[in-house]
Amino acid sequence: MSAPVAPFPQVDHQRAVFADGLALDCGTVIAPLAVAYRTYGTLNAARSNAVLVCHALTGDQYVAEPQPLTGRAGWWDSLVGPGKPLDTDRFFVVCANVLGGCMGSTGPREEMTDPEGHPLGRPWGTDFPNITVRDMVRAQKRLVEHLGIARLLGVIGGSMGGMQVLEWAATYPEAVYAAAPIATAAHHSAQNIAFHEVGRAAIQADPDWRGGEYWRDGRVPAQGLSVARMVAHITYLSEQALTRKFGRKLRGASALTFLEDVFEVESYLRHQGSTFVRRFDANSYLTITRAMDYFDLAADHGGDLAAAFRGTATRFFVASFSSDWLFPTSESRALVRALNAAAANVSFVEIASDKGHDAFLLDEPDFHRALGGFLAGCADRLGV
Amino acid sequence: MDGHPRAGQGPGSGGIRYVAKNMRLDLRLIAEMIPAGAKVLDIGCGDGALLAHLTAEKGADARGIEIDMAEATRAVAAGLAVIHGDADHDLAFYPDGAFDFVVLSRTLQAVERPREVLRQMLRIGRHAVVSFPNFGHWLVRWQLLSAGRMPMTGTWHRHWYETPNIHPCTIRDFFDLCALEGYVVEQWLAVDEHGMKAPWRRSARLANLFGEQALFQLRRG
Repeated sequence: MSAPVAPFPQVDHQRAVFADGLALDCGTVIAPLAVAYRTYGTLNAARSNAVLVCHALTGDQYVAEPQPLTGRAGWWDSLVGPGKPLDTDRFFVVCANVLGGCMGSTGPREEMTDPEGHPLGRPWGTDFPNITVRDMVRAQKRLVEHLGIARLLGVIGGSMGGMQVLEWAATYPEAVYAAAPIATAAHHSAQNIAFHEVGRAAIQADPDWRGGEYWRDGRVPAQGLSVARMVAHITYLSEQALTRKFGRKLRGASALTFLEDVFEVESYLRHQGSTFVRRFDANSYLTITRAMDYFDLAADHGGDLAAAFRGTATRFFVASFSSDWLFPTSESRALVRALNAAAANVSFVEIASDKGHDAFLLDEPDFHRALGGFLAGCADRLGV
Repeated sequence: MDGHPRAGQGPGSGGIRYVAKNMRLDLRLIAEMIPAGAKVLDIGCGDGALLAHLTAEKGADARGIEIDMAEATRAVAAGLAVIHGDADHDLAFYPDGAFDFVVLSRTLQAVERPREVLRQMLRIGRHAVVSFPNFGHWLVRWQLLSAGRMPMTGTWHRHWYETPNIHPCTIRDFFDLCALEGYVVEQWLAVDEHGMKAPWRRSARLANLFGEQALFQLRRG
């Protein structure tokens, strides 16, 4: 494994700061609250064309422009932009870095504050409070209000972003005309929690993690975070996709050895791990994976998922991908059935793809057509 | 044997909405039964031709279920509230009385449990509209009698070993089931393959002999 990586460079993110802070589910008030965000397109005079995009576990607010640390294209560049399904000539697209993230929003990497909001001259680290997906959504709601938007035309997101979409629809139904939870579920399964725990254990086993206080000597637990990413990355792909991409191909080695990465797939995963540590904070990873694990929308509504949506006027678009075993179609179907039980207006398709969970980020024409058509239909109805 | 699962014209890539003249004739007959502003569930909605018509022309709150993923995707891409699912497994999740009309067009003969599907339709809807191909048609009877083999007609045109139509019935059979279940037949008519109304609508026996398709509107007794 590579040598310890220096903390990643400071970037000035566009932020909204709320001095009064945010009351969290755990009972703590965190103040001030900073929400880093990006917008694309123009808010119309009626303020009726705003679409909030919610990012996944390791995503960020740079949806449709180069990520400032990696220089790589925005993570949903294929979907968001002029003339694309999420058409920025028609919609005003907003994306915020989640609470607990590491791209400018309040999170473990940002400066710790006391209960009165005074800075303490050190990062939060593992002293950052336990947060929930609902806390993330509350922070986004503050941003949306700050931007002068009373009702969002749409809230869209995949994976953990889809959990936020569901939480938005359940918590602020009057502020969400249309909701598109994609490749997601109403709770994190035992298997998903188990994979997260392997990632967290890898970070915590890295001597450079130092009980979460790695910021004291400017090192980062690169090995642990890298292994966490490698494990997680396997869950984002399908066996078919791995076989198609790598099969049993060797990396030019003439003989099998136990000493170094021999197979193409190993080298690919190591590359995924080592690039990840240059853009993501280990304590953020611990915080956000926990928030996902805690997510259980039915449990928050007396064990009845339909109760979370009863009486809702929000229109739903649910999509899953056939080879996604992290958030399988059965989870989306259970969500659809709960929405039907709540008499909600819902569309649902399973997109045929062999690319696994990652498919929601990739160029899947049927998915883009269906989501684009759903959004266009909603915009037509609202006269946008 | 085949009851013609829906194959309406697909929406244009420019998002062209349906108008009645583009719609299959039997769907037009169904559309005529449904009053303005109704809440409608169309089971086996195909690409959503009826839903689009009811939404645009009657201001209906129209939703659909479709078993074929490509058709469901087309319907969703046209902005319609359609879910991928099927009559046998998805109706149980809707609440009682959620709809004014529940439509099942040319699908009853292909479901696993037709009796249970009808029960569910009349649980979640005040009225059920059901159309099915009539196995009592004279040509079907004649072919079975004369050749001693499963009939192959314009309506029933797939071999017995590959047809999805596992529960064919006749118009008189359907009347019997409605009586058994205590359903009120509010209207019924027999139509030819193209959905044109047939003149023998006064007599169930004649309709059962000459009607290729049957269309019923039911309510709970």
